[in-house]
Amino acid sequence: MEKKDNKKSIQDKLSTIKYNCASETHLKVDEKKCLKCSEKTCTFICPADVYELEPETGCIIVRYENCLECGACKIACPKKAISWEYPQAGYGVIFKNS
Amino acid sequence: MDINYNSDVIVIGAGPCGIAAALEVARGGKKVVLIEKGEHPGSKNMYGGAVYDSALREVFGNEVDYLPYERIINSYTWSFLNDTGSFDMTYKNSSSRHAYAIKRFNLEKWMVEIAKKNGVYYIPNTLVEDLIIKDGYVTGIKTSLEEYYAPVSIIADGVNSLLARKLNLRDDFKPYDMILSAKETIKLEKKVIESRFNLSEDNSNGVCKMYFGGLKEYKNIFMMSFLYTFKDTIMLGVGANLADLSKNKLNINKIIDEIKSHPDIIPLIEGGKTIEYSAHLIPETGFNKMPELVVPGAILAGDAAGFINSVHFEGTNYALISGKLAGEAALCALNNNDFSVNTLSVYKKKLSKSFILKDLYTYRNIIHKLYSRSNSLSYYYPYKIKEFFEIVTSANCYSKSSQFKKFLFNFIKDRSLSELIKDIKAFSRCAFDMLSGK
Ligand SMILES: Cc1cc2nc3c(=O)[nH]c(=O)nc-3n(C[C@H](O)[C@H](O)[C@H](O)COP(=O)(O)OP(=O)(O)OC[C@H]3O[C@@H](n4cnc5c(N)ncnc54)[C@H](O)[C@@H]3O)c2cc1C
Ligand code: SF4
Ligand code: SF4
Repeated sequence: MEKKDNKKSIQDKLSTIKYNCASETHLKVDEKKCLKCSEKTCTFICPADVYELEPETGCIIVRYENCLECGACKIACPKKAISWEYPQAGYGVIFKNS
Repeated sequence: MDINYNSDVIVIGAGPCGIAAALEVARGGKKVVLIEKGEHPGSKNMYGGAVYDSALREVFGNEVDYLPYERIINSYTWSFLNDTGSFDMTYKNSSSRHAYAIKRFNLEKWMVEIAKKNGVYYIPNTLVEDLIIKDGYVTGIKTSLEEYYAPVSIIADGVNSLLARKLNLRDDFKPYDMILSAKETIKLEKKVIESRFNLSEDNSNGVCKMYFGGLKEYKNIFMMSFLYTFKDTIMLGVGANLADLSKNKLNINKIIDEIKSHPDIIPLIEGGKTIEYSAHLIPETGFNKMPELVVPGAILAGDAAGFINSVHFEGTNYALISGKLAGEAALCALNNNDFSVNTLSVYKKKLSKSFILKDLYTYRNIIHKLYSRSNSLSYYYPYKIKEFFEIVTSANCYSKSSQFKKFLFNFIKDRSLSELIKDIKAFSRCAFDMLSGK
């Protein structure tokens, strides 16, 4: 089987999921803590590839609309920098076939 | 307390746990609301694939005869993967009906319908943001729109339980306490699944396969993959400890892709199309890190309390039964008009008498003992098994005795004595715990 880049693979899989996307994010990172973070765990741990490091600024981009609401990032972040809530009622991921 | 109660009980979360709790309260003749943040019941939830007949019957009685399941799961394979193949063990009982494959979207819908028929007031599309506390008692909940009051709240909000944290019933989770799991739902023609897995057309049998490690790149990670046959889909997922993933800078989706390209798995999913991808945590807090289960006016149950047995892929049954017991305790408190910890603690007594706390106790060390031997389970033994069976099956032109002697020699040489002793210690500790459990 052809080996796909993991980011591309996740993107393809995310396209199978139905979301009701909220206009506001339910995930926030504390940028000050992120700048000092050497692990950048969020950028590889998330099964939906929500977090991306912007190399020029060192900022973390949060694509909250892809979130599967698993909770892993919040627990895995070594600096407890992620404030993690559920999306507003009725918003977010909708699993129909799981 | 001078409070205008809207209801007798509020249940937060319409997973198996919350639904069972609400149903129990309604059957006891009390007023109960069941609040779920998702628009459709089950739409926020995922799992491997099967619910269990025994726990379902405890809660839903003969209604279970009408459960809209997809297949009965009654063939189980434990498979130790290596790079080119596997060593498998299969147990099959084509007439058993212990486990049903059903999607959460359909499972929770079916459960909620029964709850509503029995008088549960179901409120979907509503996120509980906080609990209201008065004079040390939980007396209600807050949503973004309103406040709602009841003398008892049953917190069944699943593994992440933000509410348990808000109530300070537990500390923050550590990555080590969680398994991160991701899954693909893979669509195939029903007929193809039946011929591929040797299943009958009437859905009276189905397959659960559990795979242990074996992928060379991930020698030190204890990971388990699973495969369930549904009617016209296959569920293929994998779970690994969150601390292991973090340490090794690994992404769970990458492991799924790796599993999907394993020679044992390729033919099983060939021609299939992924129609959904999902992810979820599994709590590994167990007996040793159990949160406070009862506070004045509130009870914690299901995944929110860490009630699960991941060795046996059991969770919904713990959720259903702990929910039912929480409902019973709420009824007891309502009848006594006393919502103190003292009265609500009848819940803990009931849990102790049930399989839930007994098994949680028995397995209190087992999963972490297995983690501590990840390399052995995911790599060393699967590859030694491969070597062994290569001797047995290769019919090469060397004497068997010389090969077995060499195998034995390498078995000890490749594994330092101290590692071997650690394995023996860990595995015999697991065996001891199993036999000395409650
Ligand atoms: C990969 C995987 C495989 C599994 N395989 C199996 C299996 O094969 N068999 C088995 O028996 N178990 C399995 N389990 C375990 C099983 O899924 C869980 O133990 C079970 O779902 C727990 O039920 P629950 O009701 O406690 O929590 P959940 O099912 O998580 O339900 C919690 C509910 O509460 C809602 N909620 C949360 N917070 C709020 C809030 N603030 N306001 C309103 N609503 C809220 C959520 O939307 C959700 O519907 C598996 C789990 C995983 C992750
Ligand atoms: S792991 Fe945590 S602290 Fe580090 S970059 Fe990500 S969110 Fe920021
Ligand atoms: S909750 Fe899960 S899916 Fe959402 S951002 Fe965090 S790790 Fe990614």
